[in-house]
Amino acid sequence: MSDNNILLDVQDLKMYFPITQGLIIQRHVGDIKAVDGISFSIKKGETLGLVGESGCGKSTTGRAILQLYRPTGGHVFFKGDDLTKLKGEALRRKRRQMQMIFQDPYASLNPRMTVGNIISEPLEVHNIYRTKAERQERVQELLRVVGLNPYFVNRYPHEFSGGQRQRIGVARALAVNPEFIVCDEPISALDVSIQAQIINLLEDLQAEFNLTYLFIAHDLSVVRHISDRVAVMYLGKLAELADRDELYNNPLHPYTQALLSAVPIPDPVIEEKRQRIILEGDVPSPANPPTGCNFSTRCPRVMDICKEVDPEFRDLGGDHWVACHLY
Amino acid sequence: MTTVLEVRGLKTQFFTQDGVVQAVNGISYDLNEGETLGIVGESGCGKSVSVMSLMRLIPMPPGKIVGGEALFEGVDLMKISDDEMRSVRGNKIAMIFQDPMTSLNPVLTIGRQVGEALELHMGMSKSEARQRTIELLEMVGIPSAADRVDDYPHQFSGGMRQRVMIAMGLSCNPQILIADEPTTALDVTIQAQIVDLVKKLRDEIGMAIIWITHDLGVVAGLADRVAVMYAGFFVEEAGVKDLYGDPRHPYTIGLLGSLPRLDAERGRRLVSIEGLPPDLIALPEGCPFYARCNYRIDRCETENPPLRLVAPNHRVACWIDVTTAQPTR
Repeated sequence: MSDNNILLDVQDLKMYFPITQGLIIQRHVGDIKAVDGISFSIKKGETLGLVGESGCGKSTTGRAILQLYRPTGGHVFFKGDDLTKLKGEALRRKRRQMQMIFQDPYASLNPRMTVGNIISEPLEVHNIYRTKAERQERVQELLRVVGLNPYFVNRYPHEFSGGQRQRIGVARALAVNPEFIVCDEPISALDVSIQAQIINLLEDLQAEFNLTYLFIAHDLSVVRHISDRVAVMYLGKLAELADRDELYNNPLHPYTQALLSAVPIPDPVIEEKRQRIILEGDVPSPANPPTGCNFSTRCPRVMDICKEVDPEFRDLGGDHWVACHLY
Repeated sequence: MTTVLEVRGLKTQFFTQDGVVQAVNGISYDLNEGETLGIVGESGCGKSVSVMSLMRLIPMPPGKIVGGEALFEGVDLMKISDDEMRSVRGNKIAMIFQDPMTSLNPVLTIGRQVGEALELHMGMSKSEARQRTIELLEMVGIPSAADRVDDYPHQFSGGMRQRVMIAMGLSCNPQILIADEPTTALDVTIQAQIVDLVKKLRDEIGMAIIWITHDLGVVAGLADRVAVMYAGFFVEEAGVKDLYGDPRHPYTIGLLGSLPRLDAERGRRLVSIEGLPPDLIALPEGCPFYARCNYRIDRCETENPPLRLVAPNHRVACWIDVTTAQPTR
């Protein structure tokens, strides 16, 4: 890559999960194409929002980038190194620079570990401090950074509310001073008034530590708030990718248009006047995606070509990428 | 306008080992014919318990409806016998639930489940019920309903299952439909389908709706009137335009401010409400929102404000007037 500002470059990433049949001899009868050839890049210090409905492959994308799943195909360049080629110790060293914040603050913290142990575990794994005292000091500092009382260090996860647990998850991700964090629906499990607290925290931390985020969410209003650029995913593929304002003001892909029109706005006066694009039907199964464009079964503007030829994901100018035959 | 349901001082508590959970603390409201009332609040604020109490679906013990009445067609739903309640429930007052994945019986066909209420309440024969079931499934937009009536729930997607739930709820032409977060488990494009469907059916059938949700966006386009719940109390209740355009309770103001909006100007920092809702086992003596309130005064700590009328059809439970008061912190 020539552009030095690019921190992460994903090229034609594919993640298939095999479907097998048979008890003893497992025959490979098909694939769930969770992620089916997506490409994008993230600049340093940027937040890329990745939106889509459940089952579209957005979380799988995040995990495949971090090599929590080994991708079926494609490349993930992180600061120039192809992560898909790295193994063992080399990969583990890279992991120090990339962390993840999970969706469910109830399931992602070990209930038998104290908060202090949870946050210091990555410090031990990566051998960052020599003594226990140094580690403890760092843990207390991290708790302060995420807005928790450092006295909580010896408490267990069940003693905290959902929002506080998510702060612990954030502290654990920050512990090793990463450059890149995959935020996988970090606020979906939280109440509205608590969501705002976590969003504000993530924004503050980004400014303070110059973090780069891949922000995965299904809520388009949240993604619009936090992202610099936004990618829309549908059934394992990217439908559209553009600068945040460009995408929300000038959505080109019929799926993006329908998705935006479906989001309710908390204002009855606006809601009264809004025209909704109601999509028919459901998302097809990723085990058996339609031929041609994967949105062709639900697209209100479908043409004959859409059912045969898969549209290329291309730049229409001004870094506005769309996969659609209309353009 | 006729009132179909009058709820007065409804109070529900759960008697647990840790203490008495004060889930619903005396809420009162009227529901008019054909009206849609949205009840909005965060998890644990008692919004679901309040409607489960109306339907007498609270598990007892540990739960108990400790006070209040709910007048429907001249009778108090809280006082009638279980048998009488059974003839109301699913018949004149129907309910649809949040999770379409778990609220259908996985071992019965869709036809049996929708038809059950028809046979029970409408006295239909098996074949009549089946015919009516197919009509209902068509009405809620299930394609080739005549074939799908013999399918099992797992053969339906989440959105389709919620349509089945709606068909079931509407099967006996209810006067009131209670919808408990019916779109929360669904994707946004499917949510739009369901909301669209409910609006259409409401205009056709004319039932009154109580729509429970945590999503201020969904009720904005759907409800006529909205009540905001906090810690088991109604803290504000108003016509939908007044509530969003002129919120008077600091909690409502906070909630609206903490929402990222699709139409907001960029770079706005979200106004979060600091702190957490109170523990329902140890409710504070005064206003339940006191600890998190930006407008609080001394009186709020010791006296819980009752709902009072501040404008036509606009009730607020707050000692201060936010239109003139300055934040105290």
